[in-house]
Amino acid sequence: MTELVIISGKGGTGKTSILASFAALAGNAVFADCDVDAADLHLILNPTIQSRNVFSSGHEAVIRQVDCTQCGECYDVCRFDAVIKSESHSGELKFTVDPFSCEGCGVCVWFCPVKAIDFPECVCGEWYVSDTRFGPMVHARLGIAAENSGKLVSLVRREAKKIADEGGRDLVLVDGPPGIGCPVIASITGSDAAIVVTEPTLSGRHDLERVMELTRHFQIPVYVCINKWDINPEMTESVESDAVEAGAVLLGRIPYDREVTNAQIRGVSVVEHGKGPASESIRGVWEKWLTM
Amino acid sequence: MKIAFSTTGDSLDSPLDNRFGRAARFLVYDTDSSAFEILDNSQNLNAAQGAGIQTAQAVANAGVESVITGHVGPKAFMVLQQAGIKIYHSEAPTVSQALELFNAGSLQEAKSSDVRGHWQ
Amino acid sequence: MNIAIASGKGGTGKTTVAVALAQTAAGPVQLLDCDVEEPNAHIFVKPEACITHAVNVLIPVVDESICDANGKCSEICQFNAIVSLKTKAMVFPELCHSCGGCLRACPTGAITEEEQQTGIIETGSRDGLEFVMGRLDVGQAMSPPVIRAVKKHTKQDALTLIDCPPGTSCPVIAAVRDCDFVVLVTEPTPFGLHDLILAVETMRELGLPFGVVINRSDAGDRRVEDYCRDEKIHLLAMIPENRKVAEAYSRGESITTAVPELVPLFRSLLEKVFELVGEVRT
Repeated sequence: MTELVIISGKGGTGKTSILASFAALAGNAVFADCDVDAADLHLILNPTIQSRNVFSSGHEAVIRQVDCTQCGECYDVCRFDAVIKSESHSGELKFTVDPFSCEGCGVCVWFCPVKAIDFPECVCGEWYVSDTRFGPMVHARLGIAAENSGKLVSLVRREAKKIADEGGRDLVLVDGPPGIGCPVIASITGSDAAIVVTEPTLSGRHDLERVMELTRHFQIPVYVCINKWDINPEMTESVESDAVEAGAVLLGRIPYDREVTNAQIRGVSVVEHGKGPASESIRGVWEKWLTM
Repeated sequence: MKIAFSTTGDSLDSPLDNRFGRAARFLVYDTDSSAFEILDNSQNLNAAQGAGIQTAQAVANAGVESVITGHVGPKAFMVLQQAGIKIYHSEAPTVSQALELFNAGSLQEAKSSDVRGHWQ
Repeated sequence: MNIAIASGKGGTGKTTVAVALAQTAAGPVQLLDCDVEEPNAHIFVKPEACITHAVNVLIPVVDESICDANGKCSEICQFNAIVSLKTKAMVFPELCHSCGGCLRACPTGAITEEEQQTGIIETGSRDGLEFVMGRLDVGQAMSPPVIRAVKKHTKQDALTLIDCPPGTSCPVIAAVRDCDFVVLVTEPTPFGLHDLILAVETMRELGLPFGVVINRSDAGDRRVEDYCRDEKIHLLAMIPENRKVAEAYSRGESITTAVPELVPLFRSLLEKVFELVGEVRT
């Protein structure tokens, strides 16, 4: 079984549109949407949810006001400015924890002299196992302003792999998040290969460099494809030669094509939509990948 | 000498679990008395991060000298190594079969982690 | 005044809008690039006289000669970043959140902290625009410390524009916190709409006033506009699709120089934001 992750460094380069087309072309695969922050793959694959699961991770400090003696120890030990000190009109002190700033480190819980701080587990989102017209899909929704997207990403990948193992499917296609931080690291570590979708812009080039540094750091074989290459053909050349120099294998170019947006509006993948030059190019990229 | 086997069950006939950090439990076998005890690892099975590290710590604190398992991630490997614990890989189907192989001297000691870290 | 420029979905033109606003605003202006995983604003601003400083986090160091392996450090650590073995403790810096818990919990005083670099900050300026950018070191997982370090450069008496990371999780929260207004940039596609809804929910949860800019406004359908109308969300500007904009972007040219006819659009966008912030304040 092969686990292939599609990432981009920079957001909005067409990663999900391309992955949805790969899903249509792959045949015997399982899909994992690891862009849990802003998951979009379901808008194209239109999954029917088979099982819905709560994702809880980490803890959050909550001060029980009835037991609090207003000693201020929690305020002093918190390094994340998450304990808020307020004073009422009558001059009475009150300490509360701002859930958005709380890191879940538990230091205040440990040091509260009267043990007035609860530390419940946080419900951070939901994850789903679904059926799609191309095969099973594992996806998730991170709660608003929630933390620990890296752990949710690891979980989605693990479940997708399990389904592939059990169902004798030979490919797991992972839609990765943008950036180079924790959810991206969780998406790529230990996977068999990464395809980076980038665009011929200075920003795209800059972000490709950083994301390839990351794949090198974690020793993931990397393949590159340039989307909207005709926006700047010269830049495409130079991005491609930089990529090859940095150790990537090129999979091809996809032209700018408004039919990509039209496919998205119709809720189908670009290759199913079948109109415009991008559809053919994406098919070409997939065929090239298959020869690797 | 005590040996820890990663396992999904609770007897010598139980399957060897090929994961170390996220193994459900460990069977700790004492070669002197031929007795064994079960070390539950379910809290680390679901750890947010660093499952291998915590598991390695628990195994080390159980006083074992050797670990027989499938795959050990890099961080867990470091902890076991620092604790002076020897690591043996085995693909034997059950704990008792792995033990036989160990007693026969046919398991090789692992000198490095054999899987890339899952980072979390 | 602090104005954050954010978006749920990446690649919608957040940086383009942030730079354009910074270049068209009058008076003292600073632009903070808080998209520290993939910072790009500098490509368009081209800051001069840059100074680089390290962003450090505190990581525990265990003095083995004092450590008595009591295990308290490992017990308090929620992130499994420190383990206690029979003779010593081991630290895993990449898992550490720098909460200082182990240091406080250790009864023997064997733990101290040392600084470890996690990213850098660059400051510079261009044509009166003050520019600050954060950059997370490759291989580091946690961007909020770098984002917080960038935001420390916020000046009270200037207009501060903050280019945010995409998404809705912790890095975005760190970037938009304490801002007076958030400009959400989206595009009129199903992905754009879906991610905009998540961003809107996030801003509402945080209690931050916000408005929406639709970029490439004629390149998709009307669902984003309809959504904004139904939800009574301020539509701040519509930027039509323009090949000249895309080409300028690809070369790293700012939109205000490449397509000067768009300058009035950004001026009026900024005025609308000022008006809305004024309403919130009074």
